[in-house]
Amino acid sequence: MTALWAGLLVAAVGSYLLKLAGVSLPAAVLDHPRVRRVAALLPVAMLTALVVVELLDEGGRWGADWRTVAGFAAGVVALVLRAGVLTVFVVAVVTTAALRALT
Amino acid sequence: MEPDAVAAADRARLTRTAVGFGVYAAAFGATFGAVSTGSGLSLAQTLVLSLVMFTGASQFAFVGVVASGGAPVAGAAAALLLGARNAFYGIPVSRLLRPRGLQRLLVAHATIDETTAMAVAQPTPRLGRFAFWATFGWLCALWNLGTLVGALVGEAVDPQALGLDAAAPAVFLALLWPQLRQRGAVAVAVLGGLLALVLIPLAPPGVPVVAAAVVALAAGLRGPAEASS
Repeated sequence: MTALWAGLLVAAVGSYLLKLAGVSLPAAVLDHPRVRRVAALLPVAMLTALVVVELLDEGGRWGADWRTVAGFAAGVVALVLRAGVLTVFVVAVVTTAALRALT
Repeated sequence: MEPDAVAAADRARLTRTAVGFGVYAAAFGATFGAVSTGSGLSLAQTLVLSLVMFTGASQFAFVGVVASGGAPVAGAAAALLLGARNAFYGIPVSRLLRPRGLQRLLVAHATIDETTAMAVAQPTPRLGRFAFWATFGWLCALWNLGTLVGALVGEAVDPQALGLDAAAPAVFLALLWPQLRQRGAVAVAVLGGLLALVLIPLAPPGVPVVAAAVVALAAGLRGPAEASS
């Protein structure tokens, strides 16, 4: 087996085992009030961080493509106007695509 | 109505959003397939990454390291660092889905950014479970199909030109939005976001999002054991 296959399988199986570990907490732990609070707050903190990283991380430096940010901003406007998730998706994508086509 | 039925209108709405994620996944999957084979990985290696690893950021990281001449072991380390966040997603996901026995193996495979975000954004656990599986179904099918097409035909679509790079931040914010109403959520979001921002130039990829998870852990584990709201 080549080194590439070995590294690839370690990475793929390891990624899966990380996921499996995450869904393997016993019910008694999951039902603990503190864990309930953690479970509710984890997506809040992590999705916010994900948004920050996807907008402002340019290969390990701070930076942004203004057309991506503009598309995101248009999506936020749609969100504030009570649009659904799919509309937010379309508004953001179309805005960014249009700006890329024009500039 | 059966006890576990999801209303047709909700089913249609969630399925449309799941298909949206699928389209997004197809475009980025095609890019992944093209980049991966262009980086010297074989077709089989490229397909195994999408089928087994099934977490986009880690796959791009692995291929990126290999393409730049790095050791596969270094690529694996980069991929695992980016995959660590999925372990944290497992906590809210397993609270919602309560997987048992062999089902746990499939739930684990399906636990990624998109499925978690869709599941936790729903107003009821039943809708959350439907959203999780609908998103997984469409995303998994089209991510792997996109990978295959990209690997075979090369750079076929440009997600950037299609504006798809704006999709993930906008959609994740939209899914996060209703959850900001719970107690302490805004503070946790701001702290987690700021910590991630500070860490972008300081820490390797993957760490900023995991650091935000630590903020949520600290906030949730603090305070009285009984109180919940």
